[in-house]
Amino acid sequence: MRHLLAPYVSALAAAVMLLPTATACGFFADEAGLVIYSGRNEALVKPLLDRLEKSLGTSVEVRYGDSAELAAQLLEEGDKTAADLFLSQDAGALGALSKQGRLQRLRQPTLDKVAPQYRSRANDWIGVSGRVRVLAYHPDKVPNVPDSVHDLVKPEWKDKIGYAPTNASFQAFVTAMRVLEGEDATRTWLRGLKANNPKAYGNNINVLDAVDAGQVSIGLINHYYWYEKVAEKGAGNVVAKLRFLPGGDPGALINVAGVGILNGSEHRSTADKAVDFLLSKESQSYFADETKEYPLASGVTSTVPDLPPLDSLKAPKIDLSRLESLQQTLTMLREAGMV
Amino acid sequence: MTPERAPRTLLLPACLAGALALLPLAYLAVRALERGLGYAWGIVTTEHTVLLLGRSLGLATVVVSACLLLGISLAWLTARTTLPGAAVWSVLATLPLAIPSYVAAFAWQSAIPGLAGFVGSAVALTLVSFPYVYLPVAATLRGIDPAHEEVSRSLGIGPVRTFLRVTLLQVRPAAAGGGLLVVLYVLSDFGAVSLMRYDTFTRGIYTSYQASFDRTPAAALSVVLVLMTVTLVALEVRTRGRAGHFRVGGGAARRVASHSLGRAAVPALAWCGAVTAAAVVFPLGALGYWLAAGNSATWDPARLAHTAGVTLGVAAAGAALTTVLALPVGAVAARYRGRTAHLLEQAAYAGHALPGITVALSLVFFAARYAYPLYQELPLLVGAYAVLFLPVAVAAIRAAILQAPPVLESVARSLGRRPLRVLREVTVPLAAPGVAAGAALTFVVCMKELPATLLLRPTGMDTLATRLWTETGVGAFAAAAPYAAALIVLAAVPSYLLGRHRT
Repeated sequence: MRHLLAPYVSALAAAVMLLPTATACGFFADEAGLVIYSGRNEALVKPLLDRLEKSLGTSVEVRYGDSAELAAQLLEEGDKTAADLFLSQDAGALGALSKQGRLQRLRQPTLDKVAPQYRSRANDWIGVSGRVRVLAYHPDKVPNVPDSVHDLVKPEWKDKIGYAPTNASFQAFVTAMRVLEGEDATRTWLRGLKANNPKAYGNNINVLDAVDAGQVSIGLINHYYWYEKVAEKGAGNVVAKLRFLPGGDPGALINVAGVGILNGSEHRSTADKAVDFLLSKESQSYFADETKEYPLASGVTSTVPDLPPLDSLKAPKIDLSRLESLQQTLTMLREAGMV
Repeated sequence: MTPERAPRTLLLPACLAGALALLPLAYLAVRALERGLGYAWGIVTTEHTVLLLGRSLGLATVVVSACLLLGISLAWLTARTTLPGAAVWSVLATLPLAIPSYVAAFAWQSAIPGLAGFVGSAVALTLVSFPYVYLPVAATLRGIDPAHEEVSRSLGIGPVRTFLRVTLLQVRPAAAGGGLLVVLYVLSDFGAVSLMRYDTFTRGIYTSYQASFDRTPAAALSVVLVLMTVTLVALEVRTRGRAGHFRVGGGAARRVASHSLGRAAVPALAWCGAVTAAAVVFPLGALGYWLAAGNSATWDPARLAHTAGVTLGVAAAGAALTTVLALPVGAVAARYRGRTAHLLEQAAYAGHALPGITVALSLVFFAARYAYPLYQELPLLVGAYAVLFLPVAVAAIRAAILQAPPVLESVARSLGRRPLRVLREVTVPLAAPGVAAGAALTFVVCMKELPATLLLRPTGMDTLATRLWTETGVGAFAAAAPYAAALIVLAAVPSYLLGRHRT
């Protein structure tokens, strides 16, 4: 029966033999020029970060993960972190690091590239690209497009709304409503929405698809999903239309993906150059083209067809760092029976 | 059984393994109590927490019941009856192990969009985790002495009652051990329940990290999971009773008699076919659809091959370390009773229901502070696998050692062999199939692991699971499919060996 140990022994042997291979593959790599923790997907930002590496002339190591989990990891690592830069999918994760004093103040010339509403008030993180909350609607089913998310609680919208309550962007929008209009007003709105029996979907793409197919008449999504769908299928093949809400409505929130420099960074000047690279025309156009998000650096405009200019939007005025208070939003969504 | 205390040479490595498994708990204590006991207590006693706990326990109960039904029925059919093609079915019954819960959930959802919530989660989780019951039960059924059943039948007891009162009793430790793993797997699962949008306790912990960027609530909730696990392990230990499950030689000379199925072969085949179709054919079919939907742009064979190599390497290292650590724990748990043995086993299991993210953050915490040179290096990732999957190996090893007669060890001891040498020269060879099964099982679960790998891998390193995560993160399912397929194919090899091995 002894030979039956063979798989076990060979597994051990394989492991031992593979360790040197692993070393050769660069697992125990030498000190990198710059280490980036990226909450943005590798498929999206890798080509850009390869260009960054060339532009800096030093090696760039990137660790990909989920924004919130990387933020938690950075908080556990504290001063010991090897990360120089944190590239986040949303403002909330950056706000959390800022609140714990984990980020360094950025240089003034860098800060000046982006309008104040798209960066930290403590000047320790900066927006790189922006996404706008919009209403997607089916033109045949919605003759009078609403001007505010507050209209959606009217009885005429019963059984006609699609939304993604577990999605981070929806929750950020509800947080914005709490910050802008207060807890009671938000709770009332959520109850009104729930009373209209909205259809819950897993994510924004599902919501848009449902609007497009006429399964629901109107949906709450981020703007770029529609532009990506149009780019993929052609404008003639997308039925759904978008409504950018006017008048500083909370339903027109502009949230950002951004970047901050960690306190533990030992490569401050390289990190500064990397942030400037992300705000350069090259990178900003990359985000605009690849993700259909808004470029945030002044002087760069998106060339995406039919996209209204950023400064024409009537977004609510809000300190994006405050989107970090998501816990209360979740409690409220739970009370409303939405998540 | 052996009345003597465990020898120190065995206890010392066992305690070392136990201490390693307890690391996440120490971290949880630090974080949960960061803002005082009152704050933590406030979090775990909210109505919502209690609701989530109820949902998790409900899901675990349904899944483990279904797994016991599926696992024991398939094990009995393949190991003890004249089921046509038993060898093939026994391999097919282990293959679901190779399918990550998130892939199964995704397959079900893309086929039946309405399937979500409790039912969807229960279906997906049952179909990926029933081999945890099937494997140990099948191994036990093949190894048991048929004399017990023959005695029962000769005393005039019918075949059904013999199965219920003799056979089931003999597989009870194996089934309970497997069932415990299933329960802990369900409690800690995030992939399936998040795709199925069913809010469970573990999903609540993830949401807490996502929502508050605050580790205290998540840690407080995790402590509840630990307490639950410890309670479950204690219950499982009680189901073992005091019966002996070994035999000395003899029986091995004779093949275990197979029950003739007769006309029952048709429904038996239909049952095996239905389970296999749902658990193996269906998810593979869904993957095949995505593979076919891909094109040359989504294929990167060189990268796929490299990633597969890396995955095999770290999973093999993880399985090797886990098995080495699990051996002394399994030996002590199987051979000795008393408080130390109990505590050791509890320690090995304590963190097993914790979500991967919590275990990973605890290792981030310790390594960044006390073992910085190791941080985000390969050895730490391998260590994390050992912490995460120690119970998987311990369960298999303990069950295997229980079936080896302790008298042979006593003989070796009486002949002057030291305890570690007895373990190596007598116990391990006797329990070899079980030990190998434990190692293979650990290898498979290491390959599929995602949350801890994401946080602890060396920067720039990718496994098949992390690539899968990256591609599905941008909705590139066609590009993700080759990685999912490679993962399943590679994990199927040890699963296949597990299904084939005979004692």
